[in-house]
Amino acid sequence: MSHPYRDIARNGLWSNNPALVQILGLCPLLAITNTMVNSLGLGLATTLTLIFSNVTVSAIRHWVRPEIRIPVFVLIIASIVTVIELSMNAWFHELYMILGIFIPLIVTNCTIIARAEAFASKNSIPHAFADGLFMGLGFTLVLLLLGTLREVIGFGTLFRQIELMFGDHAKWLTVHLFGNYRGYLLAILPPGAFLGLGFMIAFKNMIDKRIARKHQAIPVKQLVQIVK
Amino acid sequence: MNPGISSSPFLNSGNSVPRIMLWVLLALIPGMLAHIYFFGWGLLINLGIAIPTALASEALMLRLRQRPIKPFLSDYSAILTATLLAIALPPLAPWWLAFIGTAFAIIIAKQLYGGLGYNPFNPAMVGYAMLLIAFPREMTTWLPAQSHHMAFMDSLRYSLFEVLPSGHNIDSISMATPMDIVKTRLGLNMTIDEINAQFHNLFGMLGGRGWEWVNLMFLLGGMLLIFIRVISWHIPVAVIGSLFSCALVFQLADIDAHASPLFHLFSGATMLGAFFIATDPISAATTLRGRLYYGAGIGIFTYIIRTWGGYPDGFAFAVLLMNMAVPTIDYYTQPRVFGHQDD
Repeated sequence: MSHPYRDIARNGLWSNNPALVQILGLCPLLAITNTMVNSLGLGLATTLTLIFSNVTVSAIRHWVRPEIRIPVFVLIIASIVTVIELSMNAWFHELYMILGIFIPLIVTNCTIIARAEAFASKNSIPHAFADGLFMGLGFTLVLLLLGTLREVIGFGTLFRQIELMFGDHAKWLTVHLFGNYRGYLLAILPPGAFLGLGFMIAFKNMIDKRIARKHQAIPVKQLVQIVK
Repeated sequence: MNPGISSSPFLNSGNSVPRIMLWVLLALIPGMLAHIYFFGWGLLINLGIAIPTALASEALMLRLRQRPIKPFLSDYSAILTATLLAIALPPLAPWWLAFIGTAFAIIIAKQLYGGLGYNPFNPAMVGYAMLLIAFPREMTTWLPAQSHHMAFMDSLRYSLFEVLPSGHNIDSISMATPMDIVKTRLGLNMTIDEINAQFHNLFGMLGGRGWEWVNLMFLLGGMLLIFIRVISWHIPVAVIGSLFSCALVFQLADIDAHASPLFHLFSGATMLGAFFIATDPISAATTLRGRLYYGAGIGIFTYIIRTWGGYPDGFAFAVLLMNMAVPTIDYYTQPRVFGHQDD
């Protein structure tokens, strides 16, 4: 346990990424990522939920009996999601209307209960906080990347409908990348999400393989030297 | 003397992948000629875009996958995929439609699944379904069937720059397909006879003016394939039989609100699909009994999608749906091995 926080961060962002490796929470991941703003909104909401639920679960971990832990976790997560849902309804009403059912559905996002069960219920509060933060960030980054890809290919824009999140002052941020772009409907529809996520997972596996090959090359060389 | 040692099979039919693909391509020619006669030069232009795209995407993917390029490029399978897709595209289409569709078919539906022999879905139909979902407007702008049409250069100009000769616009020269017309007008509570009268004998002799000849020519080519045993009769017969029966049942129930069985057989993609697309040896069922189920499923789904679905013709989706069912069909229809008991 030399660098617990570094391990937690690496786990959440890369080697155990909830979306690319654990393939958890696919339903919101695939349904919502048709624009960057939607992805960011859902990602941040999920991250917040993860942090609060991880911290709470970690704080009560000594008092919850193992037989009833799952209902307790679900209750905690549901309360937190309700709070987030109501706040979004109050402050980001248009975005809330677009994300719709997927905000309350964060409750059913497997990532959250998985982190509560697998990590938060066994670790201290600061560690649980870091785990929630980085798992949430890892999820948000994948969401955001997929959302960007689908928005660029599907609509040919960046930061479309940004005003939903930052108000009308941010409207100038919307960029039209190509003049006279007809749009590519497939990228916006569900097949685009499956294809995009498939390519992202393949790309991550490719990078991992490259790294593994590089690390493998050194021990073999050393072995040869030792034999010599 | 060395008799030479090899394992079974000792007799083979002399068929090989390039030979089969070449025969299928040759059998498509009568249908393609009829297509050109009724719908103009567009098919040739689409072919001219689709075939090089298919070969280039195939070469690119084989290179990325570190496979030998030459044997796979010369087996005509990519050319066949491109040809089938080009026939399915509207004759007056911008060049990027054929380009994107073929590249998607070869790269995603064929090579990402492992190349020839490993693709569970028919690549041409995946490409077509993708285009139909992504570009519904471009994909449903057909020309009316007629024997005089745009000059080759005007067609080419539209394909490259989407510019029509002066005095024309796309709405004045294009027309929905008979399949599309029947669907939308039936939705408006018109009867079949009223539709036929409004569109001046839309149905021709068998089903769809012009379209019936294209379908008959594909039927001719398909018969040739069965005759020289490149395909077996099971799938086409099952497709046509089940589509015919479905249409007959509903027509007998209410003759005004349902198109005739002949219309279903000789309009849209039926004959091309039954003989050339559903029989794809890679994505179709392999057992003889399974082929009958597979074909019947395609016919039924085609009828369902044509009649109640959101798209005018459902053949591509029906084929893809049944492709998905092929492993299950093959599992349950394994023939009894001689000497073993049936269980």
